[in-house]
Amino acid sequence: MKLMVNGEAHEVAATTLAELLAALDYEGDWLATAVNSDLVQKANRAEFQLSDGDRIEILSPMQGG
Amino acid sequence: MFDLLGTTLPSRLLLGTAQYPSPAILADAVKASGTSVVTVSLRREMAGRRGGEKFWSLIRALDTRILPNTAGCHSVKEAVTTAKMAREVFGTSWIKLEVIGNHDTLQPDVFGLVEAARILCEDGFSVFPYTTDDLVVAERLLEAGCKVLMPWCAPIGSALGPVNIMALRSLRGHFPDIPMIVDAGLGRPSHAATVMELGFDAVLLNTAVAKAADPVGMARAFGKAVEAGREAFCSGMLEPRDVAVPSTPAIGRAVFS
Repeated sequence: MKLMVNGEAHEVAATTLAELLAALDYEGDWLATAVNSDLVQKANRAEFQLSDGDRIEILSPMQGG
Repeated sequence: MFDLLGTTLPSRLLLGTAQYPSPAILADAVKASGTSVVTVSLRREMAGRRGGEKFWSLIRALDTRILPNTAGCHSVKEAVTTAKMAREVFGTSWIKLEVIGNHDTLQPDVFGLVEAARILCEDGFSVFPYTTDDLVVAERLLEAGCKVLMPWCAPIGSALGPVNIMALRSLRGHFPDIPMIVDAGLGRPSHAATVMELGFDAVLLNTAVAKAADPVGMARAFGKAVEAGREAFCSGMLEPRDVAVPSTPAIGRAVFS
């Protein structure tokens, strides 16, 4: 399945958002995720089914003004 | 003490966490300023880097309230989704709402701002809208459900200070009971004191401290200026007048001729 993750193209075997995070070595309770511009809460990642072409954003805390 | 949306804060200075020379200087500046609210953002995490972890640990150790922002968002959808992501990560419904409308001035898209504010307020957020000093926009934001306003006094990072005192004064006068935090454009402690003397409830700044030659010293200076401005406002200042008035009593002066 082809996905865009944080603006970069990836081809992955993962079918759920949780599997994708593990496959790409994203971990930590400080992460926030969105698929196709909508929040996917941490509790829902394991059951969230990805589709070909999905755009995933994985964000973390950063300095801000 | 400052009551902000039901939270009692010891300081009327809110401080940004970006652009400091080092994490240690950021931490020292936060302490020196006396602030009890810091702003943070969300950005893309690099795979395998755990980049957000160190910063998140640093922020939690500061033991301040957190005000996440939606900086860099140019659409209502971006801002709303970022706010929801921030609520989950930071565990707060406070959100500094930015919907940027112009790349050069970074001024807010006030139409998108009102729309995003309405969506987020209905979703239970406490929205701190980064807005201009426009009175009508302020009314719309309050109608949308905002309980606090954050007008700019000049473009973000410009250090110009309050460029339109009349507009700020008008805003303050029209909404005497709404907490208003001047956000963006402050360059010097005297700028902070000036807007506090106008009766604003607090100021939020970042660049003026972070990019100073000595951020810790500047943070302390801003903390003092904010306190001084507030105390001056509460103490009743003299109105300017065109004629001189002697301060030393005229009665009883000696006559030598």
